Amino acid sequence: MENPSILVRNISRSYGTVKALDDISFEVPKGELFGFIGPDGAGKTTLFRILATLVLPDKGVASVEGLDVVKDFKKIRKILGYMPGRFSLYMDLSVEENLSFYATIFGTTIEQNYDLIKDIYCQIEPFKTRRAGNLSGGMKQKLALCCALIHKPAVIFLDEPTTGVDAVSRVEFWEMLRRLKESNITIMVSTPYMDEASLCDRVALIQDGRIMKISKPEEIIADYRFQLWAVRSGKSFELLKDLHKYPGVRSVQAFGQSAHIAFEKSILSMEDLHKYLIQTGHENIEIEEIQPNIEDCFMELMIQ
Amino acid sequence: MKRFIGFVIKEFYHIFRDYRTLMILFGIPAAQLLLFGYVITNEIKDARIAIYDSSKDEVTRKISEKILSSGYFILEKNLTNYSQIGPTFREGNTKLVIVFGSNFAKKLQQEGKADLQILGDASDPNTANILVNYASGIINNYLVSINAEQIPMRIIPEVRMQYNPALKSVFMFVPGIMALLLMLISALMTSLSITREKELGTMELLLVSPLRPIQIIIGKVIPYVLLAFIDSCIILGMGKFVFGVPIEGNIVLLLSESLLYITMALSLGILISSITNSQQVAMTLSLVALMLPIILLSGFIFPVENMPVILQVLCHIMPPKYFITIIKDIMLKGNSFIYVWKETLIMILFTVTFIMMSIKKFKIRLA
Repeated sequence: MENPSILVRNISRSYGTVKALDDISFEVPKGELFGFIGPDGAGKTTLFRILATLVLPDKGVASVEGLDVVKDFKKIRKILGYMPGRFSLYMDLSVEENLSFYATIFGTTIEQNYDLIKDIYCQIEPFKTRRAGNLSGGMKQKLALCCALIHKPAVIFLDEPTTGVDAVSRVEFWEMLRRLKESNITIMVSTPYMDEASLCDRVALIQDGRIMKISKPEEIIADYRFQLWAVRSGKSFELLKDLHKYPGVRSVQAFGQSAHIAFEKSILSMEDLHKYLIQTGHENIEIEEIQPNIEDCFMELMIQ
Repeated sequence: MKRFIGFVIKEFYHIFRDYRTLMILFGIPAAQLLLFGYVITNEIKDARIAIYDSSKDEVTRKISEKILSSGYFILEKNLTNYSQIGPTFREGNTKLVIVFGSNFAKKLQQEGKADLQILGDASDPNTANILVNYASGIINNYLVSINAEQIPMRIIPEVRMQYNPALKSVFMFVPGIMALLLMLISALMTSLSITREKELGTMELLLVSPLRPIQIIIGKVIPYVLLAFIDSCIILGMGKFVFGVPIEGNIVLLLSESLLYITMALSLGILISSITNSQQVAMTLSLVALMLPIILLSGFIFPVENMPVILQVLCHIMPPKYFITIIKDIMLKGNSFIYVWKETLIMILFTVTFIMMSIKKFKIRLA
């Protein structure tokens, strides 16, 4: 890749004996929406902080827009937008005051870059005199995104922007990110919600400080090589246990009301499974063949 | 520069939105001063005494009169029997009992001496001491005056208490409280305001902004310089108009020295916040680690000269000590700058050291 926007080579970082990041390498081209998916404690925040020049790596090199995160941290701080995982705006300042404060310390004004944040800001503008502490979770995140964007950064790092946000706001938030891409801003975002992965251009699955896979979401789905059935019965809890015991089943995951079972292609028959479930005392059994979604793929990757 | 001004404005927003803290900021100095000025005083007025006069002649009556008209004592009761002294003290109101021996005037004239006993309630040793001294002073004065013609040679020292003729304790408390409060407010408030940003996570964003550490630090300090300066004016004003503490020296010099002291206290606060990460630790450090040493070791209440050598050394590294010396010099003695330049220099050194240390300690990254 020529002149990637974000370049990470063999980065490791430990906290005491805990390895937060273990030899991570990846590249993100300019203008890509790149997602990091992984459970809590996978090392996402550490990685984001290293790229935001807030934490030094133990080993390896990383650069943002060609600037080294260790040597050129002052220059990077001028061109990056960063939204920490925790809501970190001033609760006692109003929406507008927060925004204009961040605009001022980055040497710009709200008016100057209003175009960039217009779509997002117009949603919270009706509440612009309200104190940030009194906003709902979704609105707080929108405000934080505005603050991270106000100085027109070349790259933005969003660390779990949708954690603790209701489902509707999450969808809206992702729509905003998609639209931001049009401004040719490189966006790196992390999330613990796997369903959000399909909204990224490319995703990296990170677990225990290592990257398991980096790919386009549709490729990840295409690479899935097992067969999937969705199984339903009146007793969901027992269903999971009983499916686990069934020979040939590779994995069982709960998805809402139903359980997804994965197995090597065509080694199971629906009739046999149906019989088995009736024997174990289940009623209203439904079994159907399904196409894998991104979550099924990640679950599979995490088992490996 | 615009960035910096924006940052300072934000700090003012924080301060004015938190009006409770603001009230405390301005309320505490007034309350403290009133407390120290009125409640904790070393002077004794209207102490209750009892007199057991077993001779009841002209001389004893005169002496009693003198004592009771001095303004320090009020007669609680006249005793008629020596054995009443114990129960009188035990009742608790009476702090002092004066006992005249029998045939007081006669003995005094014939033998040149008479028996007089002063009993103090030393369950409160300081008060007892002072009262006994007052009483014996009055009695001695009286004896000197009636013997004036008989003694050929005598020395009567004329005592004058320079700079505080009435020995008012509030003269001592105003400088002390100023040093104490300015230190507490400045150090506590700045250390809290920086650690609060750390706790809230906003420091993370400030760090990734192009603001430089020095801008963040100075931006944090400026609002509190102003507030603490207003506080020092309140204290000085109350001292002058409520308690009548004079300001003999140059008021501009006095205020500039206060500003210097405030800056020093603020830089100490920054230093505290740069080595702590939580508001709680910062608060404990500023309160416990600063307050007690200031009260005990700055010469505010207890004279430094009487302390063991080790503590005296400690006293000399207590910044408020120098400030107290300076304001006492300026307020009470009316000294000009040439008399306090040494102390001023020491305070400047403290300030520079604290600021250098905090800039060095200020982390440009997260831990």
